[in-house]
Amino acid sequence: MTALLEVRNLRASYGEVRALHGLDFAIEEGEVTTLLGANGAGKTTTLRALCGMIPTQGEVRFEGRPIRGWATEDVVRLGIAHVPEGRGTFVRLTVEENLQLGATARRDRGGVGDDLEQVYGYFPILKARRLQQAGTLSGGEQQMLAVGRALMLRPRLMLLDEPSFGLAPLIVREVFDILATINREHRVSMLLVEQNASLALGLADAAYLLETGRIVMSGPAREIRENESVRRSYLGY
Amino acid sequence: MELLLQQILAGLATGGIYACMALAIVMIYQAIDHLNFAQGEMAMFSTFIAWQLLQWGLPYWAAFVLTIGISFIGGLLIERVVFKPIHDAPVLSHVVVFIALFAIINSAAGFIWDFTIKPFPTPFGTSPLFGSTLIGAHQGGMIAVTLLVLVFLYIFFRYTSVGLAMRAAAGNPESARLVGIRVGWMIALGWGMAAAIGAIAGMLIAPVVFLDPNMMLGILLYGFAGAVLGGLTSPGGAVIGGFAVGIMENLVGTYVPYVGSELKLPIALVIIVTVLVVKPGGLFGRVSVQRV
Repeated sequence: MTALLEVRNLRASYGEVRALHGLDFAIEEGEVTTLLGANGAGKTTTLRALCGMIPTQGEVRFEGRPIRGWATEDVVRLGIAHVPEGRGTFVRLTVEENLQLGATARRDRGGVGDDLEQVYGYFPILKARRLQQAGTLSGGEQQMLAVGRALMLRPRLMLLDEPSFGLAPLIVREVFDILATINREHRVSMLLVEQNASLALGLADAAYLLETGRIVMSGPAREIRENESVRRSYLGY
Repeated sequence: MELLLQQILAGLATGGIYACMALAIVMIYQAIDHLNFAQGEMAMFSTFIAWQLLQWGLPYWAAFVLTIGISFIGGLLIERVVFKPIHDAPVLSHVVVFIALFAIINSAAGFIWDFTIKPFPTPFGTSPLFGSTLIGAHQGGMIAVTLLVLVFLYIFFRYTSVGLAMRAAAGNPESARLVGIRVGWMIALGWGMAAAIGAIAGMLIAPVVFLDPNMMLGILLYGFAGAVLGGLTSPGGAVIGGFAVGIMENLVGTYVPYVGSELKLPIALVIIVTVLVVKPGGLFGRVSVQRV
């Protein structure tokens, strides 16, 4: 069986500075895979590389199809939804308009209304605020909006960039519970980038450890969590 | 009292034209963050196309609609051919290209249709509107068409998915790409629409100022003044700014001694400078509310 997303020798640079030194990893259908690493390890760069937001070399295959070098808009049309760092909501548009935009790349216009209700079901606060400008939402609400917008694509794969960033612990719990539900109920595969390693390993099936643009360790999330050096460097116990 | 009302109504009529130009300027500014100095020349060229179609014997409204269509495609092509390749270039490159475009379109119009001043017909007639002494039929028509255009644009941006996608692309291009919006095409569409709006403004004002390659110079300046007054980030503000500038222009020209019609144009410059000094965002410019 081939993986949903397969990455071989992925390289990327910012000008002269090489940020990714040849990554190899795979995401299995229906699983949550996490990329762990410190600031500047290349986690966000990896996500940006996957959706064609920066120039890259190497090989990226989605369902066996080579997609490296595709325009972002076309990658999205395959059902790959990116929830960017800092959430990337359209701050001057309303919550509902943000969600509608999430369905831009879909062909079946019919199901959009149902999916909107479903997103409101996951995040009732968004329904209460549906006509409010997205820029007036709190950080947690914006994160929910970003996840909700990604769901409107009915994605095959979600790329999540630090969904816990800047959120209160209770809100983080809520967001991660919903991510787990989405993964379980809709079999949406996820690539989760996190600094909060214990949180990410709790949700993930598989994990990769990234250090200065290289993968230094990989395996099932359970094993990574038990690993002595990971525990010391990333989990802090 | 009647003079005052007359001047205000006349101001609303020309103000509508300024509002259209201001709106065209703001649409392109929102999409690419630069002021299109060639906006007026594009409108002038469109008006010449309408004139040519009329010369060939087309009925007025057929020429009107056809000109809008041609201008839309022309604006789209200018973006695709000239501005798409320099998308990431610094602001000065854009300014130079805008000025080049200005000169090229101006000279081309003079070359094709020569620089003599031509009359341009009005479909509304020149008689007073409904026998009123306050406003002429053409002025009434200008106001009506302007309002129609504004209502159409409001509905387009507010209630259609393409309009929503265009707003998203202008507000946050990177996120727009992430939801699958083809941002490049949205920008081109904005250019096409701006060119079409400019064409309408040109055709409506040409019976008043007469048709020649330099007809839009003053109009564009007033359009800029309207856009700056209302706020370059606010389409609605630009429209209100355009109307306000039209009224101000007429009132100052009538009531302030020494200004008269000779010194009307500097009013636009005074407005631009004053707004930029006192309230750079314009009256309705967005002070974005954001919590993090």
